[in-house]
Amino acid sequence: MNTDDKIIISVNKLTKRFGHFTAVDSISFDVYKGEIFGFIGANGAGKTTAIRVLCGLSSPTSGEASVAGYDVYKQSELIKKNIGYMSQRFSLYEDLTVKENITFYGGIYGLTNAQIKEKTDYLIDLLGITSEKNKLIKSLPLGWKQKLAFSVAVIHDPKIVFLDEPTGGVDPVTRRQFWDMIYESASRGITIFVTTHYMDEAEYCNRISMMVDGRIAALDSPYLLKKEFNASSMHEVFVKLARAV
Amino acid sequence: MEAIEVKNISKSFGKTLALDNISFDVAKGEIFGFIGPDGAGKTTLFRILTTLLMPDTGRAHVLGLDVIKDYKKIRESVGYMPGRFSLYQDLTVEENLKFFAAIFGTTIQENYNLIKDIYILLEPFKKRRAGKLSGGMKQKLALCCALIHRPDLLFLDEPTTGVDPVSRNEFWEMLGHLKNEGITVLVSTPYMDEAAKCDRIALIQKGKTLGIDTLGNILKTYTKKLYSIRSDNMFTLINDLRAYNNSDTVFSFGDTLHYTDKRGEISLTELTGYLESLNHSNLEIASISPGIEDCFMEFMGIHENALEPVTETSGKK
Amino acid sequence: MKRFRGFVIKEFYHIFRDTRTLLILFGMPVAQILLFGFAITNEIKDVNVAILDMSKDNTTQEIGNKILSSNYFKLYENLSSVLEIEPAFKKGKIKEVIVFEPDFGQNLTRTGKANVQIIADASDPNLANMIIGYTSLIISDYQRELAKENSFLFQIETEIKMRFNPNLKSVYMFVPGLMSVILLLVSALMTSISITKEKEMGTMEVLLVSPLNPLQIIAGKVIPYLLLAFVNSTVILILARTVFKVPIVGSLWLVVFECILFVITSLSLGIMISTISPNQQTAMMISLGGLILPTIILSGYIFPIDNMPILLQIISNFIPAKWFIIIIRGVMLKGSDLSYVWKETLVLFGMSALFTFISIRNFKTRLG
Repeated sequence: MNTDDKIIISVNKLTKRFGHFTAVDSISFDVYKGEIFGFIGANGAGKTTAIRVLCGLSSPTSGEASVAGYDVYKQSELIKKNIGYMSQRFSLYEDLTVKENITFYGGIYGLTNAQIKEKTDYLIDLLGITSEKNKLIKSLPLGWKQKLAFSVAVIHDPKIVFLDEPTGGVDPVTRRQFWDMIYESASRGITIFVTTHYMDEAEYCNRISMMVDGRIAALDSPYLLKKEFNASSMHEVFVKLARAV
Repeated sequence: MEAIEVKNISKSFGKTLALDNISFDVAKGEIFGFIGPDGAGKTTLFRILTTLLMPDTGRAHVLGLDVIKDYKKIRESVGYMPGRFSLYQDLTVEENLKFFAAIFGTTIQENYNLIKDIYILLEPFKKRRAGKLSGGMKQKLALCCALIHRPDLLFLDEPTTGVDPVSRNEFWEMLGHLKNEGITVLVSTPYMDEAAKCDRIALIQKGKTLGIDTLGNILKTYTKKLYSIRSDNMFTLINDLRAYNNSDTVFSFGDTLHYTDKRGEISLTELTGYLESLNHSNLEIASISPGIEDCFMEFMGIHENALEPVTETSGKK
Repeated sequence: MKRFRGFVIKEFYHIFRDTRTLLILFGMPVAQILLFGFAITNEIKDVNVAILDMSKDNTTQEIGNKILSSNYFKLYENLSSVLEIEPAFKKGKIKEVIVFEPDFGQNLTRTGKANVQIIADASDPNLANMIIGYTSLIISDYQRELAKENSFLFQIETEIKMRFNPNLKSVYMFVPGLMSVILLLVSALMTSISITKEKEMGTMEVLLVSPLNPLQIIAGKVIPYLLLAFVNSTVILILARTVFKVPIVGSLWLVVFECILFVITSLSLGIMISTISPNQQTAMMISLGGLILPTIILSGYIFPIDNMPILLQIISNFIPAKWFIIIIRGVMLKGSDLSYVWKETLVLFGMSALFTFISIRNFKTRLG
């Protein structure tokens, strides 16, 4: 168990192979508590594979990694209990109502009935969806779904939440509202591990790691990355790094 | 004759109004972009134009043919890429191409020059199953398959969604080349920055078009004074500005904020002074021209209905 | 035509690259037939019986030996009084008691008539029927031999003979039923899944916006499975013939023809299911629950239809496999020709036409 309070994810020479293909090639990095850590890269660069390992969904081929103090090899079940997860494809059950989804996930994450009730009221009020609370998820606009999904992902105040392209296809206003929610969670001490294809969102992160062909090609704050690659935007950094290979 | 003519198209699914009285034209050889988030109605519109759905009201003509009466002829003449799932995952790159060529009564060789530039990138993978390609490669293959029969008109429904920025750039470069072949392209995308790569665009949100014109003309409709502001502490900055009683809209834009003031044009020194008094250091304030995203959000605000509540966190008051 | 060919080629790719499907298509028939043929036997073998011989003469000895020397029965115990019969059954070790009346042999020679009582444990009625049948057979056989030797004139000659399947080999019964289930599986289930998979994956959209017309799409989906079903039925027939020696008494061409007809019926059913299913899962549920399960239970495959309540008998008429099984049993085991099975053949034709008609009407050229 990693007793260093400040490091919430610790990865050392993590490798994942599928047959002959190396998806993640000996990556090493740390993520600190309360950070907004951005994980970017081209499709097929190994991002999704790496996240799956960190979430306890997949075992690494070699190397070490621990999340929230738990080892990814031996304690993957404990990892799953202590993290939140949200992706573009999976968020909430379309055929359940808002309230039912919150209740369900609250239960899964081990909240008591009293806690669930309190959280439900709080979330519904915070997101301003009181009038929709008994509506089926599938009838809500995408932006609301995503915001609600995020709220549910952190309903149990996990130490870290993994967000896999959470704002894909969402309108610009809602995207920003979403990031407001991310900031709010980060300020409460929840570490955010987020992947995105929107390079302006990369700017919102404390640090960015960019994966190219299974390796980490760069890891630093957006400001320092732009300085290093002589770029005026993260988009430029991305293009330069991706093309350099 | 325009390549596409749409007049007053509306379509509902049950109680949901997916398209609300849409009208627009697309000229031959144009790259026309439909820009809007998920759920805006882009896919519904594409399905109507490719004759897969019938509109409730209104009329549409594709290549001079009526979408309802002449649907068979339209289906033989256009190329269609319906988003993320238009390939056979268990067929190889080569087999997919051969298949689409065959059902359109042509061969890969016949129109090879059209897809050559794209196919070169795919060629090393030609024996690989489509399901095992990366997202960017899949998009390229799907484009080839849609082009293989040299259609006069190409419908691309969100071809770049979920793809990284570099691959997206490459994709748009390829579309640019198609223009030289005289192929009309109607493309939809949720990425605002891709608007700049189209000849003309239509912004669409919740079934309504918010503006149909060239990018330049649309930007001109943004009349507010826009400022870019940054400081050392962006998080406090945005909160401070939202709390400022003169602020109108405050939005994050990457490493800066886009700000409009209720008073319209403001004195930069006044604002700087105010922010410095709140202990912001390294302030950079500048007057800027709006981009497509600024316009879109402005239009969204104007067209807002009761469904999407405007809360404090959205930056508006 | 070239378009169509390209389409059919693609379908074959899909089939051969999906290992699960291949397993079902080829593994299942072989596994099933071997299972039914070897493992599940409803035959009689080494059935424990008890004999209560109240006569104890040569005749009863001879009859007893004849019964026991067949492989069907084994002597568990000899009873000495009627009172022992009930407890013997209750102990559960024996399935049958054969009781010879006192002075059996004497009665037979003197009066030409003697009584033997066969009591079977009918808690398994099927088994009991068979046991009684076998026993009676053996006794009748003895009677015949006796008659030949002694040139007696017997007034009644009971001839119990299990026709067409003298050893009551269950595999004969199973093969037609098995064929119908396998063909149904391949044709209906696979086809319905194949079409709904295109819908689910979104590639159906692309197919529609192309010069292909719906008829070509359906035909292209169907043809590979038609060929596969044909291969499958051939495999089953060969296995049945070589491994289990099931005879094909009637015309082989007629068997083939009827198989193809049944396949067409099943295919049209599969297509019909696909037009009402929005996704693969629904198609699978309907095919399995609404088609294959009722077929197994109500077609006469395993359970005789005549024993069922009237309502179920009526329902079984709507199951294509029921007619197919009648036809195949007739042609294969009895040597019937078309003049005997034309009615059933017509029914299958009618069903095919109906399902095809419904499918064409339902097939949507648009999405909504």
